[in-house]
Amino acid sequence: MMFAQDPLYTGDWLGDVVITAIKVVAAFTFLLVAVMLNIWFLRKVISDFQNRVGPNTAGRWGILQSLADGIKLFFKEDLVPDNADRVSFKLAPYLSLVPAFLVFAIIPIGGDFNGDDGDGVVTIFGHDTLLQVADPPVGVLWFLAMSSLAIYGVMLAGWSSGSKYPLIGSVRASAQMVSYEAALGLALASVLLVSGTLSTHAMVIDQSGQGPAFFGIENILPAWYLLPVGVVPFVVFIIAGTAELNHPPFDLVEAEQEIVGGFHTEYSSIRFALFFLAEFMNQITMGALLVTLFLGGPNGPAFFFPEGWWIGVFWFFLKLMGFLFLLVWVRATLPRFRYDQLMDFGWKLLIPLSLGWFILLAFIQIGRDEEWSTTQFVALGAGLAAAFVALAGMLGLAIRNARNERIDEMEDAHG
Amino acid sequence: MADGSYLKGFGVTFKKLFEDRVTGDYRGGKGLAKGKPDEKRPKADRLHGRHVLNRYEDGMEKCIGCELCAGVCPAKCIYVRGADNDPEAPTSPGERFGYVYEINYLRCIHCDLCVEACPTQAITESKLFEFSFTNRSDAIYTKNELLVGDDGKPQQLPWEDWRAGEDQMTSGWMRATSPAGDHRYEGMVHWAGELGYGVREPEPGQSADGEDDGGARPVESGTHEG
Repeated sequence: MMFAQDPLYTGDWLGDVVITAIKVVAAFTFLLVAVMLNIWFLRKVISDFQNRVGPNTAGRWGILQSLADGIKLFFKEDLVPDNADRVSFKLAPYLSLVPAFLVFAIIPIGGDFNGDDGDGVVTIFGHDTLLQVADPPVGVLWFLAMSSLAIYGVMLAGWSSGSKYPLIGSVRASAQMVSYEAALGLALASVLLVSGTLSTHAMVIDQSGQGPAFFGIENILPAWYLLPVGVVPFVVFIIAGTAELNHPPFDLVEAEQEIVGGFHTEYSSIRFALFFLAEFMNQITMGALLVTLFLGGPNGPAFFFPEGWWIGVFWFFLKLMGFLFLLVWVRATLPRFRYDQLMDFGWKLLIPLSLGWFILLAFIQIGRDEEWSTTQFVALGAGLAAAFVALAGMLGLAIRNARNERIDEMEDAHG
Repeated sequence: MADGSYLKGFGVTFKKLFEDRVTGDYRGGKGLAKGKPDEKRPKADRLHGRHVLNRYEDGMEKCIGCELCAGVCPAKCIYVRGADNDPEAPTSPGERFGYVYEINYLRCIHCDLCVEACPTQAITESKLFEFSFTNRSDAIYTKNELLVGDDGKPQQLPWEDWRAGEDQMTSGWMRATSPAGDHRYEGMVHWAGELGYGVREPEPGQSADGEDDGGARPVESGTHEG
């Protein structure tokens, strides 16, 4: 019996089934609880940013607030609008939710990766296994596939509501998510150039310990991909990821002032809760993926070497919390983009930037593989830089031309 | 973006994390059982809350059923029907009294115009704003609910969230909104005859910019002799 491509499966099928089931249930439960806490965390931190107290009634420090909200939503009336396409309307929340759950399957959340034999394997009931639900060879492609699927949920929700604001919201959502997925994918491709593997587990092993020595000086920095890949894909990934999440300042999809609730305007009760759940779960999985790709996953800083799988869990969650805090911080600071700004930013800045960086990384990688001499590096590098400048100039020219034409058109139309 | 103003914005919000909060811990009374009282800021002197119908010291109602409050109400939330007093057992000191008096709190906007219109200061506003209803008929307060008790304090109805001290000063608005806001009324407390509540310290007054416009002097109101 085959559940997932996992080399650690021994062929003892009963053991494999039990271990897999335990991991699935654990990941499922973890995500649900984490979403609950994430919503509470968001509300508490944004209150701090706004000099308010925030939720304080349900449980200590209001920690059970989202549970109370969930119970309330569960008991509310479940409406399906007359004009709705009933099948799609009911299907859409699940199309949003299921990918959100599934992406987390490839995230390694813990394990001991220190030392030469640190491969992150833990032993449960005498079975060797990894602290991630599955480690498929396609790895991060699974994430891209799932996040593309999640667009269908949003799109179908808006379309099937049979109402205008949800439709506008879903059109915005699909356009935005498709646009920023390009930048996200290019940032991710930069990481793949360095890692040489798609498997998240292999990436985390690769990022353990200290970084390679640099010109003979011992490197005390960790071997996280953030350093070899560079800060540009990291920042692009955060920005594009925020846009994928429809999180402020990219929340045009749910811009209350313009289009009510966007794609979920017509939803109520538990179906609305499912969208909400998916949204906050996506924040967690996006953060987890960012941590895995750039920040070494469960790897701690190189100079810190305690033993045990739990220390990996600790570092993983610390970094995840950092990302979630950053999301709230961005939410508290930046105003929402205008739609044309959104598209300009995505297509004319993020995509060229990440594409250029990708080419640069590929250039360095090829140079290393071919063992170019310094002269070759400098000569070819100068050529590449010239090409970049020329391309950037042409892009800038094209953008300016297009803008001038649009202005002319508008002046013609409006006098 | 080029001048780093985006980053400056992040600094501004981050600083907010370490500032004092402007709101307090308020749970709508839900924490009282666990010994967590609600933090409340002092209410403004002229806060407009739920109305009360006042009575004189001898227990007679002040309302004379003139319907001026209903006439002035911009939200049309007041319904008054007057009736003639029974000469043997009068409800109010005059000829007529408010036979029916209803305020619909689903409509009331707490503008206080009814209070200003009232010639006998029968209707005033308390500072209570924490009251809610679970059905529409509960939102209509009748004379039974609005009238002050024998001690001159507003009735504390089960669905209202009264806290200690909030039933005092039910007519503390008066100096500001009545002619008593005029500088000539400075330092005067002139709505005598109430059941002992609602009198507060006189306001500082406006004598600096005031000129005697020859208007009416305050009358000793509330000198009702039974």
